[in-house]
Amino acid sequence: MARAWVFGDDLDTDQMVPGRYAPFMVGQDKFHTYAFCDARPNFAKEVARGDLLVGGENFGCGSSREYAVAALKKHGIGGIVAKSFARIFFRNCINLGIPVLESADALAVVHDGDDVTLDLAAGLLRAPGGKAQLRPLAPFAQDILAAGGVVAYLREHGDFPPVA
Amino acid sequence: MPKTLAEKILSRVAGRDAKAGDLVIAPVSRVMVHDSVIDAVIAGLRDLGKERVWDTTKVAVFVDHAAPAPTPVVADSHRVLREWVRTQEIATFYDAGEGVCHQIMVEEGYCEPGTVIVGSDSHSNSYGAVGAFGAGMGATDIAVALALGRTWLRVPESIKVTFTGRPRKGVTMKDAIMRVVREIGTDGARYACVEFHGAGSLPQGDRITLAGMTTEMGAKAGIVVATPEAPDWLYPDRGAAYANEVTVDLSTLEPQIAVPPRVDQVVDISEAVGQPVDVVFLGSCTNGRLVDMRQAATVLRGRRISPQVRLEVVPSSRRQFEDAMADGTLLALSAAGAVIGSSGCGPCLGRTGGVLAAQEICLSTANRNYRGRMGSPDASIFIGSPYVAAVAALTGVIDDPRPYLEASDDEFDDLVARRRSERAGRGAASVRSGDRSRELMVMAARVGVAAEIDD
Repeated sequence: MARAWVFGDDLDTDQMVPGRYAPFMVGQDKFHTYAFCDARPNFAKEVARGDLLVGGENFGCGSSREYAVAALKKHGIGGIVAKSFARIFFRNCINLGIPVLESADALAVVHDGDDVTLDLAAGLLRAPGGKAQLRPLAPFAQDILAAGGVVAYLREHGDFPPVA
Repeated sequence: MPKTLAEKILSRVAGRDAKAGDLVIAPVSRVMVHDSVIDAVIAGLRDLGKERVWDTTKVAVFVDHAAPAPTPVVADSHRVLREWVRTQEIATFYDAGEGVCHQIMVEEGYCEPGTVIVGSDSHSNSYGAVGAFGAGMGATDIAVALALGRTWLRVPESIKVTFTGRPRKGVTMKDAIMRVVREIGTDGARYACVEFHGAGSLPQGDRITLAGMTTEMGAKAGIVVATPEAPDWLYPDRGAAYANEVTVDLSTLEPQIAVPPRVDQVVDISEAVGQPVDVVFLGSCTNGRLVDMRQAATVLRGRRISPQVRLEVVPSSRRQFEDAMADGTLLALSAAGAVIGSSGCGPCLGRTGGVLAAQEICLSTANRNYRGRMGSPDASIFIGSPYVAAVAALTGVIDDPRPYLEASDDEFDDLVARRRSERAGRGAASVRSGDRSRELMVMAARVGVAAEIDD
């Protein structure tokens, strides 16, 4: 079981980690402690490993800053389910090994603070109020996630997964 | 199958017939890296087990995002970056003060039309100004591209944006692209390439404004069709399939304002008139060029900005800075009361320069107005054109710049006085220092800009 942190549409990366708290402004060991510091001031204190983020459309829009995703990774976020993702954020999550899954109905089923389970095998997000269907990821992205991220994949295989 | 520009470029570089939705592995012609992500890029390369970048001649490195270094932590990061550049033997390195990465990439000719360029900054879409497929990526993607000289891309669908007519005096391509963002929304071009038609003959700077702001619609790339730089083969086929088409008639376009905290919350200026501002920022990869500074100077030359307003001008590159110095534009802006910052990103992303305090209201010519973008999360950022910025600095409120551009001197002074009187009880009036101020103002007025800039 994991806690669901629910957000709305167009959550931008400035909300995840504002530019003024970038790693190179505050140091590599501190930036993640500012995750959602403006939008959800209790997040960094209360988040537990394996927790999930649930959002609406265009999750992760704005700046390409990968440290927004790195901050989530440092907190052990187990996956993100949203109606849709901004493209750079989506790539960054796959590259760093955080499952990102599109779901049309997750926001309707999941409430903030719910205990939820991400069942990738079944393609479902299970919540007290019901279950949400997850859109399957492309095999290319699944291969990278299975390796734990693109760096691990490339170290192991020396090249990208097949694209066909 | 008829191809869009994106399909054409990606088919060519990937060496196979690619259509929207396909995944391709694309060789890159250049990789752009900047200071704010350098630590993660170096760590990514190390984790990949790569000691060297794949081709030192195809890597461009910039110190622009927090430059010159505002804190010891940033200074250390810049030191690490310089050490890396030296040991990697990368010649294309632009240190603090040279300018914004995107401006230099385009104006110094590092963007080969018809090729794929990846950059560590989301506004790398800007390279579409000269017909390149520029895409912003995160640090790990950039590290992978530096290691392999290749990246993976999903061939994007395309959205066709067509401009018709000519904008009226006081209306700019910044207004045009904000009108497009208003139409398409912050995610309306997600994963897509925005293809601009009817913009190929615009000045290069206007094309950078267009291509760069496609990022604010979620686009993977934004490419201008039929630019002077484009090779013969680089055009979309007749009959190519588009996910969406938008046409903007420039001849009826009003100045546009993006209202905080969303870039797509855009209104005609008439709906924002009278909005007080405390700070005006003229700069960024979107609007920090000579033409933008000249537009501001046509309003401000020989005049003084509101005593309660701070105006910060940050040229987007040293070339733009020096051109604006040489023709008297910067002198006119300084005499009007502007702070001139060193070329770079300036306060656009809230790390250096004049960052915003809580409750402060800014009119910015940049591209983003998210909460916290330029400093305090409790500040507000309106976005507009350089003309709107100049009038806001002058009067302390947002106003339609067009009447000011048409007014006689007396009418102009009346307009300013009326607007200033509406803006009570904010800030404190600053004395503008310098005994020679009157003389400078006269000089600036005399040197002036050789020709009035109205388009």
